[in-house]
Amino acid sequence: MHRFANPARFLGIAKPLTPLLLWPGMLLALGACWWGLTQVPAERLQGETVKILFVHVPAAWLGMGGWTGIAIASIVQLVWRHPLAGVSARAIAVPGAIFAALCLITGSIWGRPAWGAWWVWDGRLTSMLVLFFLYLGYIALANASSEKGSVSRTAAVFGIIGAVNIPIINRSVVWWESQHQKASITLGGSAIDAAYLWPLFASALGFTLIFGAVVLMRMRAQLAEIRIEARMRRMAED
Amino acid sequence: MKPKHQRLVLALLALVALIGAGLLAASALREEASYFYTPTTLAKAKVEPGKAIRLGGMVQRGSIKRDADGVTVHFVVQDRDATQAVMYKGITPDLFVEGSGVVADGRMDKGGVFVAESLLAKHDENYVPRELKDIDMSTAEHSKDTLAE
Repeated sequence: MHRFANPARFLGIAKPLTPLLLWPGMLLALGACWWGLTQVPAERLQGETVKILFVHVPAAWLGMGGWTGIAIASIVQLVWRHPLAGVSARAIAVPGAIFAALCLITGSIWGRPAWGAWWVWDGRLTSMLVLFFLYLGYIALANASSEKGSVSRTAAVFGIIGAVNIPIINRSVVWWESQHQKASITLGGSAIDAAYLWPLFASALGFTLIFGAVVLMRMRAQLAEIRIEARMRRMAED
Repeated sequence: MKPKHQRLVLALLALVALIGAGLLAASALREEASYFYTPTTLAKAKVEPGKAIRLGGMVQRGSIKRDADGVTVHFVVQDRDATQAVMYKGITPDLFVEGSGVVADGRMDKGGVFVAESLLAKHDENYVPRELKDIDMSTAEHSKDTLAE
């Protein structure tokens, strides 16, 4: 793992990798959204509102996946003291928060016509809102870290503690009676018709690639900041 | 033991303790955090009439009856084991059809009928194009929401 511990080596890989993730991701996400908006049939009960699925579900997956990434990076930071771990956790936080917010907003827009309510306080919606607030807390903690570019150990510990919420979001519709429907896609199969499933997978892959590209960009920006900081300090000492 | 291994063991212990605490808390909340009663849990709970509660389940097939005034609707909410008669006065949501899910805010009256003040439709996890709608979703293989466990 320490093979990539050298930020210079990481930058050598990250720089060419960023456009390789970003542009195919953009193409795929936009294409899938166009496909989902114009080519899929209306759903039996929801009608046309089913089409928000192609943004809502990838946003939910990435919001949860983002925090899982923060938790893993936090463990790597605390245990192995890997220099890039804190940088990557911090880089994930903002896009993660944005996707969590996107999930809440699109869900709310769907809920009004489908359920008859913009918002209800059931287990799934509440735990997802908690995830969004955890992201905001993490971003504040990370920005308050004195270590430039990386994050403090307090933020890393917070990243691990917050991970408790992830299985709760996943299980909320199973443990508790909820307004939100149960999982459509499980290891056992899918209750979503193929007409919706393929554009959903395409948009999920597209948004994931964009997420990866944004994380790499933010990591590179933070590493650049560390170098500026170090150079300024050296100049001040001369 | 190297410091690195010590930290690893500590981190893993902390993780196990955290997940354990989370699961314990979640299972303790099992009843309280449910968003609604199902007919089965409502029958067990012996809720006194007049207390504001929420009821959820499936609208029983053939049970929807509209009064002559056009706004009062009577129907039966069911889960796997029990049924509950419901009365509601108002405009029903578009997704409110027989065999679909519903969540109602309201109170039990003295006669054992649930008087709903608001109705929310509950969509199940099945996503099916309109052309295939004659398939009876309550018998679909994946239908988990059709009848509450």
